[in-house]
Amino acid sequence: MSMSHLDSLEAESIDIIREVVAESSRPAMLYSVGKDSSVMLRLAQKAFYPGKIPFPLLHIDTGFKFRDMLTFRDRTCSDLGLKLIVHRNEDAIRDGANPFRLGTSKCCSLLKTKALLDAIAQNGIDAAIGGARREEEKSRAKERVFSVRDNFGQWDPKNQRPEFWNLYNVRVSAGQTLRVFPLSNWTELDVWEYIDRERIPVVPLYFAKERQMLVRGDFLIPLDHSIDLLPGEEPQLVMCRMRSLGCTYCTGAVRSSAATVPEIIEELRVIRRSERENRLIDHDQEASMELKKREGYF
Amino acid sequence: MSATAEHRDLLRFVTAGSVDDGKSTLIGRLLYESNSIYEDQLSSVRRASEAKHNDLDLSLLTDGLRAEREQGITIDVAYRYFTTPRRKFIIADAPGHEQYTRNMATGSSTADLALILVDARKGVLEQTRRHALIASLLGIRSLVVAVNKMDLIGFDEKTFHLLCEEFRSVAASFRDTEVHYLPLSALTGENVIRHNGSMPWYSGPSVLELLETIPIPKRPEEAFRFPVQSVVRPDQDFRGYAGRVSSGTVQTGQEVIALPSGQRTGITGIQLYTDKLEEGTKFQSLVLTTSTHIDLGRGDMLVSVDHLPVLSTRVTANLVWLSSIPLHNETRYLIKHTTKTVCGRVSRLHHKVNINTLEPVPADSLNLNDIGEVQLELHSPIFCDRYQQNRSTGSFIVIDPHTNDTVAAGMIVDAVALGSKEAAEEPFAEARAATGHGVTAWFTGLSGAGKTTLCRAVATELLAQGLQVEVIDGDIIRKHLCKDLGFSKQDRDENIRRIAFVSKLLTRNGVIVLVSAISPYRAARDEARSVIGDFIEVYVNTPIEVCELRDAKDLYKKARAGQVHGFTGIDDPYEPPLKAEVVCDTSRQSVREVSSQIVDRVLRYIATPNLHRDTNS
Repeated sequence: MSMSHLDSLEAESIDIIREVVAESSRPAMLYSVGKDSSVMLRLAQKAFYPGKIPFPLLHIDTGFKFRDMLTFRDRTCSDLGLKLIVHRNEDAIRDGANPFRLGTSKCCSLLKTKALLDAIAQNGIDAAIGGARREEEKSRAKERVFSVRDNFGQWDPKNQRPEFWNLYNVRVSAGQTLRVFPLSNWTELDVWEYIDRERIPVVPLYFAKERQMLVRGDFLIPLDHSIDLLPGEEPQLVMCRMRSLGCTYCTGAVRSSAATVPEIIEELRVIRRSERENRLIDHDQEASMELKKREGYF
Repeated sequence: MSATAEHRDLLRFVTAGSVDDGKSTLIGRLLYESNSIYEDQLSSVRRASEAKHNDLDLSLLTDGLRAEREQGITIDVAYRYFTTPRRKFIIADAPGHEQYTRNMATGSSTADLALILVDARKGVLEQTRRHALIASLLGIRSLVVAVNKMDLIGFDEKTFHLLCEEFRSVAASFRDTEVHYLPLSALTGENVIRHNGSMPWYSGPSVLELLETIPIPKRPEEAFRFPVQSVVRPDQDFRGYAGRVSSGTVQTGQEVIALPSGQRTGITGIQLYTDKLEEGTKFQSLVLTTSTHIDLGRGDMLVSVDHLPVLSTRVTANLVWLSSIPLHNETRYLIKHTTKTVCGRVSRLHHKVNINTLEPVPADSLNLNDIGEVQLELHSPIFCDRYQQNRSTGSFIVIDPHTNDTVAAGMIVDAVALGSKEAAEEPFAEARAATGHGVTAWFTGLSGAGKTTLCRAVATELLAQGLQVEVIDGDIIRKHLCKDLGFSKQDRDENIRRIAFVSKLLTRNGVIVLVSAISPYRAARDEARSVIGDFIEVYVNTPIEVCELRDAKDLYKKARAGQVHGFTGIDDPYEPPLKAEVVCDTSRQSVREVSSQIVDRVLRYIATPNLHRDTNS
């Protein structure tokens, strides 16, 4: 019998993860605690089993992550015996960086992009494995599996290395680093089908329940961190779930009653809205993801 | 109803054709009609379309870069995904512009099928031919020729058949290739998902029907090939080889051959995470265990007993040149083939292919987007098959060691077997004399510390810099030059004296010598240092527990059992260096990290030998 699409994707991802580890000096996995990270972690376990995962995880903590995410992160790392590096842009956090004061673009640039580039430099990481998928966003559709970043961590989309077969070129020159995307060919539906098949634990925020939310226009804003209410605004109990997880201010929830993995899969088969629609940062200007990636965002 | 994943297979296809043949529109249409476009994405395309003209421009769904939307053309390959109840599809949407031909080749390398668009008004163009050739060259055996814009010629049957005839003459030279022909209009959607009645004369499948039902092309019966990616050795009780089956199948109990050693062994386990499998098939990423301990690491290969790949240092290959810096036959390139990277150079350029006539024409060099046939000389052997037989062991990429860019993709046409009469004619070591200053890098450390692996990695890098390099491996020297010696202290000292003497001669003549020898005694090493003069001591200080765990040759086991006597680290001392120039530990550092440190050290040394000699002695 031929391999199923999930088997094919899994085999390709394991191959990619093994290649990074075999050919780079200091790889690390960017662990954002979301569903894609959870899948990547399982693939990394599979790549080296019965050995251990041979690289540390790196979490860029903006200070605005959901409490549930941090709990889940710490439990996962201790359960699996993994080394975790948490990096925060403490200067910007001390200066009170937030999207209301700075705008989403500037805030992201300080708390995520700068923090990521600093963490990579400080830990001497030459290959950062990330969970981005080409299906997520139109500039990501152009990404290589092994993507070279220059001395400033920047992506040059017009000058990418051709990538043939599964012969990945892992070599970089002094100062350059790699971003490696083992989930390049996965879709959101593939990710959930795999979570279901493999019984992979994910953060409970993905599952629908009644939550206190601030309803602002079309957006459902979580109240994990304090937020100034506009006149007439009141938190409400809304049946909802998170479709993707980022910072609380910039990740809206979606109205949904999908409370289990199979229900989420059913929902995805009929849903007509894209996954990152609720991510404010993708829409702060035309081609905003491409611009962020050029700056060094993964 | 259960929402678990249905059994769908995966079809990867590439789209091709000239600019404005409507590739992006067709893909946009496929995504749109198969409900793979989300409303918010659609509304942003709708807004962008309205800004230009009135119709919904589906091509805007696929052009992802700002420059592409500004110029209205596709520059780079974009990957798109859609799923139907029958299949998951991965589309490599390749650019049509001539200057981006290499991107078309990139998209073709992993595709099972090529969907080639032809504008019904323009017919088969130069770029159509070029793309069809690239698809065929990259081993795609299933072509779908989609004659688009039928609405603009009044859905005329006769024109369609004429175009098909025209393409048949192009495809006539392609081996084992199945070609399907389809009329459609991506703009109106006619025959993309279903027939809408504009072409009553056409009774074949729609584009989607064909894509959903076409068998994923089976390759000719392929032999088992398993390039080793890494060794999995978590504890004393487990040693497995991680890799991806690149072709064929393997069963537990099957006998296989390990290359390059040629040892036979049996497969005792096929593992995928916690699952133990009876059979492993093509493309699965697995961990294999064997019945006997064999010396096998990254870059080596497990293969079937009856169909061996060719061990070769000289291959004939088609290259697709990807760099704006032309091919240069003096340059040493790095060749990545399966999981092995070796140094090589192009010794002959046979010809270049004229894309329009598909004829070979003489050429002096290969430039960006050129395709040509070359002969490559490799410094160490690869285990290969013809690309037409095996897409994985028949392919390689060429890396420029100075820029680290991928400059070419190669497909093996033929390979001269190592040891054959032909292979002896022109060895790799060309008659070019060494011009620089020599040095000996002396790798010392316990058995299993990683000396040989490091030596090989350093040698590959230095060779790629165009330097004269000789590796002196203690194990090999003991089989030849020092066959008469045992393992007493006197004999060990004599062994080191002989190695030092040979190294001195080579170093004096400008060669970079890489010695890999346990060389346990400090006095003997210090003597070697003073005899050779230009000397870098590399102490591979991997802890004995790790070395013993690796134990690729079962030597520690034998020493512990008392079957081997005078074994360094067990019942014979190892005296660590006191002033080694480089100290490393392969249990904590990667091979890449250590080898680049040593390469730097060697390069600095030969650039300013006097400086280093003075400070070190």
